[in-house]
Amino acid sequence: MSQPFFEVDAITVESPNTQKTIIRDVSLTVERGEVVAILGSSGAGKSTFLRAIAGLVPVVTGRIFLDGTDLAHTPTHKRDIGMMFQEHALFPHLDVGQNIAFGLKLAKVEKTKREARVSELLNVVGLDGFENRPIASLSGGERQRVALARTLAPSPRLLLLDEPMGSLDRVLRDRLVPELGEILRSLELAALYVTHDYAEAFALAHRIAVMDDGNIVQCDTPEVVNAAPVSSHVAGLLGHRSRWR
Amino acid sequence: MVSSVPLIYSAPQSRKRTPRLSWRAFAAVPPLAFLLIFFVWPVVAIIARGLWPNGQLNLSAFGEVLSDPSIRRVLWFTLWESVASTVLCVAVALPGAALFARYRFRGKRLLWSALLVPFVLPTVVVAVSMLGLFGGRGVVGIDLSGTVWLVLIAHVYFNYAVVVRTVGSTWSTIDPRFEDSARTLGATPWQVFTRIVWPLIRSSVAAAASIVFLFSFTSFGIVMILGGVRNRTIEVEIYDQTAKFLRLDSAAVLAIVQLLAVITILLWFGRSQRRRAVVFDQRSAVETAHPPLNVRQRFFVASNVLFIVIFLGAPLLVLFIRSFSTPTGWSFAFYQALGDSRGGSTSFVPPLDAVGNSLTYALLATVITVILGLCAALAITGTGSKKSRSARWADTFMMIPLGTSAVTVGFGFLIVFDEPPLNLRSSMWMIPIAHAIVALPFVVRLLVPALRSIDPKLKEAAATLGASPQRVWFSVELPIVGRALTAAAGFAFAVSLGEFGATAFLVRPDRPTVPVAIFRALGRPGEANFGQAMAMSTILMGITVFVLLAIDHFRPAGVSEF
Repeated sequence: MSQPFFEVDAITVESPNTQKTIIRDVSLTVERGEVVAILGSSGAGKSTFLRAIAGLVPVVTGRIFLDGTDLAHTPTHKRDIGMMFQEHALFPHLDVGQNIAFGLKLAKVEKTKREARVSELLNVVGLDGFENRPIASLSGGERQRVALARTLAPSPRLLLLDEPMGSLDRVLRDRLVPELGEILRSLELAALYVTHDYAEAFALAHRIAVMDDGNIVQCDTPEVVNAAPVSSHVAGLLGHRSRWR
Repeated sequence: MVSSVPLIYSAPQSRKRTPRLSWRAFAAVPPLAFLLIFFVWPVVAIIARGLWPNGQLNLSAFGEVLSDPSIRRVLWFTLWESVASTVLCVAVALPGAALFARYRFRGKRLLWSALLVPFVLPTVVVAVSMLGLFGGRGVVGIDLSGTVWLVLIAHVYFNYAVVVRTVGSTWSTIDPRFEDSARTLGATPWQVFTRIVWPLIRSSVAAAASIVFLFSFTSFGIVMILGGVRNRTIEVEIYDQTAKFLRLDSAAVLAIVQLLAVITILLWFGRSQRRRAVVFDQRSAVETAHPPLNVRQRFFVASNVLFIVIFLGAPLLVLFIRSFSTPTGWSFAFYQALGDSRGGSTSFVPPLDAVGNSLTYALLATVITVILGLCAALAITGTGSKKSRSARWADTFMMIPLGTSAVTVGFGFLIVFDEPPLNLRSSMWMIPIAHAIVALPFVVRLLVPALRSIDPKLKEAAATLGASPQRVWFSVELPIVGRALTAAAGFAFAVSLGEFGATAFLVRPDRPTVPVAIFRALGRPGEANFGQAMAMSTILMGITVFVLLAIDHFRPAGVSEF
């Protein structure tokens, strides 16, 4: 069998602050065009897991492969892994267009191509003509879309989404989740989507990895996870309280 | 800079419109009168002296002074050494700002407080310690005395904390995820700094840099002692024109030039601040700092901490050690000699007397400053709303002496209070009053935030219980403000102890302060005099550091950079 496109092989990650183990021996694969949701309650280690994949926190043991290459000695900026952050972290001193063009500029894409790519992405996220808007003028939903466009702009090989809906209200979320699903499917990107909301996970993911206390306790298609949760904790996350009393 | 809106408005909108003179407004009278008499009048007198030398408007004095090649050299030197000091200081201090903004390490709090030590040390002490390191008899073995390098190093030493603490505080409120985002978008650590961090800290760097620039531009004690004959700032020239050549008109012209330069810098800075400021959601410093994650970061933290400890500590340590190392071995000889009066010399005053003089002056200055500062702070905060126009005006007015130099104050006193109607020449109040002018802005700055921090609900609760405004003040506010008052008193005391610029003009030969005595000892030849300067500097350093520790202990919690 050929190697998976993206593979996390038994990684362990410690908290930089407390030296406590946050991620314990976790393995996971993602294929091209596949969206894998990482579902877990807050404090389960989901964000740290993504940050370790992006190279923002060091991995203690284990290896990470992307398209056949070991990323152990690749610094964050050379990994080609895009990451979208909770609360979006849009650069406040740049406008919408400059935010989206940020990665392109670093990759030394020339100006005309850059501008074309920015307007293409604004079109993808449904914000045509927003190039010169200041960040402070954007609504929560618009910020989320700009952040997505910015992450997609340099064409990363793997997309990491850390609770991208986390700072939005319910109504907005219900509208944006299907939209995001469509964009991810149309781009056929490999993506890891962290959330604590099972509805989001079900709506977006091909597979769901349930994370609890630094371990992946179950990883399967949404249908299987829903039909046969492996533990009361998983069932609880899915809202099946009654079946596991 | 964004001014925060008070959380709770104590007065309903309709009442805000009726001008209601509270008893607190009258508290503004003493500090305003004090500033008018002892600051505005002398400054006006300087301007008059420069522009109307013989009672007639005459600008030829200006032309004469400004076309003098030696004075042109002074102006040029003042400008370029300030630019060089500022650039050097920012470059040296930025890594320190990054250290405190982004990393957690053992002893961080202590080091953060210790940073302030050079900032409050008397200029004379710093200058002497620089001579101890790099002077002709310095321990490093390289003689930099008389070169501009020693002046620059001393300026960086003084202002290191200004940049680290101002920029570090801003930097620590920047969401680290901006940097993480940039990293995942392909930015190298250097690009993260130049494209993300720098634009966000730029206005705070400019704020710190303008303080460093002003300080270096108006540097007096440092340049007097370390500059040698060739490197002289406008301040030193004003002093020489006054004290050596008795050319008060030329000194007045120079003082006006300096005043104009300072005002220009401040205005330019204010405008650039408004243009550049980037508003962003600030995060608390606790969540933005982390322990070093890898070897590189550990190296960065370790080397930075080591640099700060050596850079800040070495001059003081050398000063301390040298004060005990006499030609005949380790002893207290230099200290013992401080009490000796030398037979045959009438102009010589035993240095130990200077300690007594300094303490007396500092005590008087502290009393004046704290009383006036409290009145000013009460008046400024008394209107309740930060936005009130009169409060803002009063606030700005109290800050003006900050922008002018101590030498201007001293020189102004000299030409105004030397003759009727107010002849203070031989009064012992002259020096304390000058020190109070220098210290007052700092004290107001310490007290106003403390008074504002008092929860209005507390006052309202007391008022509903039937307490009169006066009762509310004494039973609710005074205890809370007490800590800030203690800190302010300590600060005023430290400022007065170390003040050299104004004192140099006003001091009477038979009643020197410690900084003046140190300066005189440096001017006399021989190892013994140098050793005595070291010993006196060590004493002054000890008192100042002790006062600083007390300030830090009593400082109201949660107050920002200073």
